[in-house]
Amino acid sequence: MSQKQILKEKIVEESPRDDLIRRERFPHIWCPGCGLGTVLKCYVEAIAASNIPIDKHVIVSGIGCTGRIAGYVRLDSYHVTHGRPIAFAEGMKIVRPDLEVTVISGDGDLVTIGGNHFIHAVRRNVDINVFLVNNFIYGMTGNQMGSTTPLGAKSSTSPYGCPEFPFNLPLLAAALGAPFVARWTTLHVRQLADAMKRALQVKGFAFIEIISPCPVGFGSYNDLREGRDFIKLFLENCIVDHSADLNKVGITLRPGEPIILGNFVDREVPTYHELELEVFRKAGWLK
Amino acid sequence: MSGELKLLKPGIHFMMGNIACAEAALIAGCEFYAGYPITPSNEIAEHMSRRMPQLGRHFIQMEDEIASIVAVCGASAAGVKAMTATSGPGFSLMMETIGLSAMLELPCVIVDVQRAGPSTGIPTFVGQGDVMQARWGSHGDYELVVYSPSTVQEFFDLTIEAFNTSEWLRIPVIVLSDEVVGHMYGRLQVPEYDKIKIINRKRYSGPREEYLPYSSETLVPLFVAAGDGFRIHMTGLTHDERGYPSLEIEDSHKLVERLVMKVRKNAKNLWKYETLYLDDADVVVVTFGITARSTEEAVRRARNEGLKVGMIKLLTLWPFPEDPVKVASQYARRILVAEINMGQLIHPVREVAECPVAGINYPVGYVPPPEYILDGIRAAV
Repeated sequence: MSQKQILKEKIVEESPRDDLIRRERFPHIWCPGCGLGTVLKCYVEAIAASNIPIDKHVIVSGIGCTGRIAGYVRLDSYHVTHGRPIAFAEGMKIVRPDLEVTVISGDGDLVTIGGNHFIHAVRRNVDINVFLVNNFIYGMTGNQMGSTTPLGAKSSTSPYGCPEFPFNLPLLAAALGAPFVARWTTLHVRQLADAMKRALQVKGFAFIEIISPCPVGFGSYNDLREGRDFIKLFLENCIVDHSADLNKVGITLRPGEPIILGNFVDREVPTYHELELEVFRKAGWLK
Repeated sequence: MSGELKLLKPGIHFMMGNIACAEAALIAGCEFYAGYPITPSNEIAEHMSRRMPQLGRHFIQMEDEIASIVAVCGASAAGVKAMTATSGPGFSLMMETIGLSAMLELPCVIVDVQRAGPSTGIPTFVGQGDVMQARWGSHGDYELVVYSPSTVQEFFDLTIEAFNTSEWLRIPVIVLSDEVVGHMYGRLQVPEYDKIKIINRKRYSGPREEYLPYSSETLVPLFVAAGDGFRIHMTGLTHDERGYPSLEIEDSHKLVERLVMKVRKNAKNLWKYETLYLDDADVVVVTFGITARSTEEAVRRARNEGLKVGMIKLLTLWPFPEDPVKVASQYARRILVAEINMGQLIHPVREVAECPVAGINYPVGYVPPPEYILDGIRAAV
């Protein structure tokens, strides 16, 4: 038996969250150095720690590398059209408020093609969790630039450098009234898992931007060819500042310019569900 | 508080088509409506926004038609009956997710109140230009069912039928109405509730470990909803019987064949049509929707002139009711297809007809007057 086989068996035997992972679907599709395994780990940890019955957790994802996460979690899981998981989650949550619906998908999916749904779902404050994995690029489909690609960054469709300003997502979500807004990287495993645990408790739209390495895609175009290059970048550039001025947390990835992390917003905002109950009262359905 | 008492009362009503459609959806058990404002379907959303909360059901105005149909799919995945209504431009936006509904086998109802012209066209005028889009609009192979009403009563009846069919076959079902049927006021007879057939999707209740969400043992697999404890996976990717993505050719064949065959094998049960004067007809006009009203008058006038003319009014457009058209074509010398477009339904008619087929086409945003159709009939005779 080779070394590799022994190692594989050992990992499988010791997998602590088999009840929440569809192990039969492994190996997963993600590249070496990708941060999505960490996102998956943090999510199942948050679920296990939540006081919500596991059968009440639902995950919805869209298209792309991150979109595949729904297929690896042993929960009711829905992998829907590109850009649309938030709208799907809204329909589901509105008719079944007892479900804990979480959207995990990528930047291209949720705020580029699906940007319209994102802003309106935050504005409505539907009680869902949105964990957006930002790797600055369309990985799966061939490393094209998107709405989060930093100005000047190269990609398969920005060979001269991206000519557009990227979204500042925490600012966007906070400006739209989100009750919970956070940003972590996949290096900050404990903080990320804690933020997810908090998000599952928050009433209303809970948003976490997760900065994740993409050495094979984004990195190969931007001198970050190994997972460790990203880890080094995160170690050297990340600053945790929970009370940061969100106007100043846009990510440039330029040397010396920080990536600011934190649990930026945690506040109470009436949810769509609560406001809909008011409609039911006015319509005479509820006393 | 009982919801039953708040449904439209059995008996005779005088009502707008779009509102009859909304009331029918309530009787059919629609629990979730998501839509985006668009003429000439607005009365459906407006009425639903008032009526759904009275019954403790959910109305939401989404940011666009894409979000509307996606939210409808999400609600359906949670186990409830859901619908949206729109018109041409919004219908175009919904196409991708109509394919998702077919692929995930999430029942839903889409009402398209057709308006005139391509692009923005004439929003307030009538058209029948979405016949082919309703059938072929989303990419890839799938089948669905399309009903088309020509009266307020049919709009009501076919909306209930659309919910029933979507629940039975776990498919998206389209009610292809039009601006005139949507806005006309007409007589509506609501049957006693116990006379109204309501179908609910069949749910799985066996052991959790034996459940296959996309079992190919039957054409229509048994449903479980989010939160039922089965921890299912649904994906728009080609999937195996467990619902997991698959690149295996057998899985692809099995899935796509089943998605198509569940409609094709039940086609005869899905065909709805009415005939008039077919017994001795030399010329048969095949038509649907509001054009059928004008055609009926034209056919009666032609009969008064001694012309041997009959008609077939299709209430089901897809799957196309082949048999009645084929049989009529074996006795008639000519079939005419009357529609407010440049020739769409004429194509499946030609595919099955055994006699020459010609179109009576009316491209502008009006209902063709009986004289116009009568001219076409006279020319054919």
